[in-house]
Amino acid sequence: MEETDAAIIGAGPAGLAAAIEVARAGGRVVLIDENSRPGGQLFKQIHKFFGSRTHDAGVRGITIAHHLLEECDRFGVTTLLDTVAYGIFAGNGIGLAGGGRTWTLHARRIILAAGASEKALPFPGWTLPGVMGAGALQTMMNVHRVLPGRRILMIGSGNVGLIVSYQALQAGADVVAVVEAAPSIGGYGVHAAKIRRTGIPILTSHTVKRVLGDDHVEGAELVALDEGWHPIEGTERQVPADTICLSVGLTPLTELARMAGCRFTYVPALGGHVPLHNWDMQTSRDTLYVAGDIAGIEEASTALEEGRLAGMAAARSLGLLTEGDAASKKADIRKRLVSLREGPFGRLRRELKEPFMKGREITHAG
Amino acid sequence: MRITDHPILGREKPRKEITITVDGEPVTAYEGDMIAAALVAAGWRHFRLTRRHGEPRGIFCAIGRCTDCVMNVNGRPNVRTCITPVEAGMVITTQTGSGEWT
Repeated sequence: MEETDAAIIGAGPAGLAAAIEVARAGGRVVLIDENSRPGGQLFKQIHKFFGSRTHDAGVRGITIAHHLLEECDRFGVTTLLDTVAYGIFAGNGIGLAGGGRTWTLHARRIILAAGASEKALPFPGWTLPGVMGAGALQTMMNVHRVLPGRRILMIGSGNVGLIVSYQALQAGADVVAVVEAAPSIGGYGVHAAKIRRTGIPILTSHTVKRVLGDDHVEGAELVALDEGWHPIEGTERQVPADTICLSVGLTPLTELARMAGCRFTYVPALGGHVPLHNWDMQTSRDTLYVAGDIAGIEEASTALEEGRLAGMAAARSLGLLTEGDAASKKADIRKRLVSLREGPFGRLRRELKEPFMKGREITHAG
Repeated sequence: MRITDHPILGREKPRKEITITVDGEPVTAYEGDMIAAALVAAGWRHFRLTRRHGEPRGIFCAIGRCTDCVMNVNGRPNVRTCITPVEAGMVITTQTGSGEWT
């Protein structure tokens, strides 16, 4: 039987940070990811991060990923790639599958950092080849370096929609428009301004009525929406496009937390059903922690800090850190998390998360 | 279309060219390509046809979750082409319905 001090599921920013903290404290760590390469979405994030200097603002996601992987190496984290964690069983047994075999790994602590998946939006023609997630376009362009189309229509003006639109321009495509059903732009002003400066229209209070094309995307019919989000007849217009990207939100990948019997809460603005957790990122199951998008959809920078918190809390509970040492380190991270959750978007998430984050309270921050 | 030069990622490193066969046609790919990426670069849009209505499907998530891009690869059906790397001489066919071992 294989066993370890801590198993971390998901090698994105949260999982990498958690792995580093447990390993730095001297714990044996196994980091598991179903992909062939660690880093999660960081390798697709070729834009500079936003926020304060202590949060790697101004540094590109790809650079942050390289730094984290180096640290994992330095502290001796064991990484299992192309390995799917398909279940969590009694006694913290993790069912693993990869390389044509299945086995069980027992971990004294488990940190779930599985991330999130893109939501879809059905409309007539949404299954036609050429309609895809904004993340799919981002992966194709920034990882595989191919452009699935030349004229992109982006649905959704959150940060993902805005950033991926800009990245499409960098990759050499045209962006026809960014369509937003809400009356205002969803993402940060700084990202929206970059799009606006290029002359790409951001059509608020608009949606897609249908896709044009028989066996692949040739365009879309857009329609304006009234205050009640109902289409306004007579406002239909057709735009040419060979690719339609959906950036309409993310939802936490919570299957393993469900299977493990964690208690959940439902917060639509955090992406839906979220495992309850405290300020140590500990779930209702004592030996199981969450970090990153699985704990509520936010950003890579908050995912990193949550991963560090979970890693330190797990290390402390394993007796690898003294109470005093852990408390002061965690207090620093919590302070940084609070400052990351400034601004209208961050504050909303903070106000939604903090009410259920009982236990190991943050005491010093306002 | 391949992105050979990129303002942030720079120029693409040279990779070994290989040939795969897709629906009987030779397609040029590069070592390290995912099958779907090589097909997208070659202008392929239809990866499979649905079981009941024969409607075409293409890439949708590109990270191995949605299974919209599955094809028959070397006789094996339901291969997620977006996360499966190309190999020289691979024989790939458009999948219809649930797919069959061939």
